[in-house]
Amino acid sequence: MNFDTIPLDYQVIYQIIESGSRVLDLGCGRGELLYLLAKEKNAKVQGIELDDAAIYKCVERGLSVFHGDIDSGLTDYPDQSFDYVILNQSMQQVKRADFAIEESLRVGKKVIVGFPNFVYLTGRLMFFFRGKAPITKSLPYHWYDTPNLRFLSISDFRDFCRKKNIKVLATYFLGNRALVKLWPNLFALNAIFVITKRP
Amino acid sequence: MDKKKTKTIEQRTAGESVGVVETRYFTFAEGDNRMLLESRAQLGPVTLAYETYGVLNDEKSNAVLVLHALSGDAHAAGFHPGDENPGWWDVMIGPNKAFDTNKYFVICSNIIGGCKGSTGPSSLNPQANNPYALDFPSITIADMVKAQKQLIDYLGIKKLLCVAGGSMGGMQVLQWVASYPQSVRSAIPIATALKHSPQQIAFDEVGRQAVMADPAWNHGNYYGQGQPERGLAVARMLGHITYMSEQSMEEKFSRKLKEKDYSFTFSPDFEVEGYLRYRGDNFVKRFDANSYLYITKAMDYFDLSGGKLFQKDKHTDIRFLVIAFKSDWLYPSPQSHEIVRLLKARHMDATYCEIKSTYGHDAFLVEIEEQTHLIKHFLKKTFYGYTIA
Repeated sequence: MNFDTIPLDYQVIYQIIESGSRVLDLGCGRGELLYLLAKEKNAKVQGIELDDAAIYKCVERGLSVFHGDIDSGLTDYPDQSFDYVILNQSMQQVKRADFAIEESLRVGKKVIVGFPNFVYLTGRLMFFFRGKAPITKSLPYHWYDTPNLRFLSISDFRDFCRKKNIKVLATYFLGNRALVKLWPNLFALNAIFVITKRP
Repeated sequence: MDKKKTKTIEQRTAGESVGVVETRYFTFAEGDNRMLLESRAQLGPVTLAYETYGVLNDEKSNAVLVLHALSGDAHAAGFHPGDENPGWWDVMIGPNKAFDTNKYFVICSNIIGGCKGSTGPSSLNPQANNPYALDFPSITIADMVKAQKQLIDYLGIKKLLCVAGGSMGGMQVLQWVASYPQSVRSAIPIATALKHSPQQIAFDEVGRQAVMADPAWNHGNYYGQGQPERGLAVARMLGHITYMSEQSMEEKFSRKLKEKDYSFTFSPDFEVEGYLRYRGDNFVKRFDANSYLYITKAMDYFDLSGGKLFQKDKHTDIRFLVIAFKSDWLYPSPQSHEIVRLLKARHMDATYCEIKSTYGHDAFLVEIEEQTHLIKHFLKKTFYGYTIA
């Protein structure tokens, strides 16, 4: 497998998930990540996706996917059905993010949340000096065509976890090509959190 | 449901037909060995009409059972000698098609209660030496499937690679899962439901009432005298309205007139009237009125909701591909969601897709490209796993 061709966030998530895990990907897109997990790690994978063109691609890859939205897609699963629930780059697009995370934590033992960092340096500069809504590599949209319903920073998500009594197991901060170690809230384009319910 | 026109022609010219085929007949439950029905009545002997396409492999692991809707028959693909039109799902079954006959052995089985070569109310009652008519026992979807299981056993197949079908064919698919989970590796229920809603039962009942209100019906005893054509035609006209969508009717007919002006009579002015009359009149030439009553009733009785689809506490690893269509208001997608909900709750390997279509319930016969894509890859994965992906 050629790792270089895979987006950085997929590489990170791929390495987090142990072989043979049961994985649910919410907003699985064309199934690139699930396919890797199924084929290389023998994971038992299931996707939920709203876009039908993406679903056809998933089925072509031999993946199992449910056509539907995340907001209503989780309710039918029993508690702790999956080892991992992935909410990568999709949480900021759901109608009720807190409910989606709560439900993900119910059906999954661990939840991997990946989201674009709204307060990335360039975004801040754009906001501060040019007085414009930020457009960055991880938030490439204009205000009028963005699918994102909510905008948050790494610090915001930490606060959220604290407030909701969610345990953060691991964090990964992603720059353009590599992980960011220093001041992630300023220098990271994307963040990936591995979270679980506190007992 | 009618075989569709435009796309069929394209496919036919693509030259990927299974060619000339013939319907075969399998008879069982002979002598005292009669078939016990869900109603506790007994039926025998029982004949099932069926067709097969492709070649069964040595392991007998590549058999796909295709099941038809209310007015369908065993002739799903290819041509009968001298026929102009191919079988009802010819666009989906054949070399390199969704059900690829180069790879799979496709069986299409007719149903008991029908009038297309299998035992039904128009068959000869051996006890009385005339057609059964209303002496034919009430049948259910479970009975249809029970008979098909006999056929599959007879063909020497222990486990079907896949059971697939739309509408009432989809009900049979679900019934296969409920009755014989160990004999099914994968299931494709299309545009179907775990049970009929009151609205669906209501449409069926109006159809039945139309048949029974026709004096020619004569309490089912019309064989040899001509069947209740008006009543059956009206039932079929109603059916066709429910198979289309508001949009597909608008696109197909709009308010177009057959002639230049209104006739100011009750003859069919609008094209949609002419179409429905044509469909109704055509149907009575090929379908038995009593079969219509028995089969619609079987659909209304069908109910696998409330935990009846899967045997409790029994693990099954059947893969599912559930397909619904956006404009289908006869079997609307929330009914497919009910199936999906059960699959999620049991953590089963399943895919669900609601295909964008304006064709209404008829979509499962005409939306070829999307269904082909889904079914082809789903079967490939079921048959080969990830090894060739």
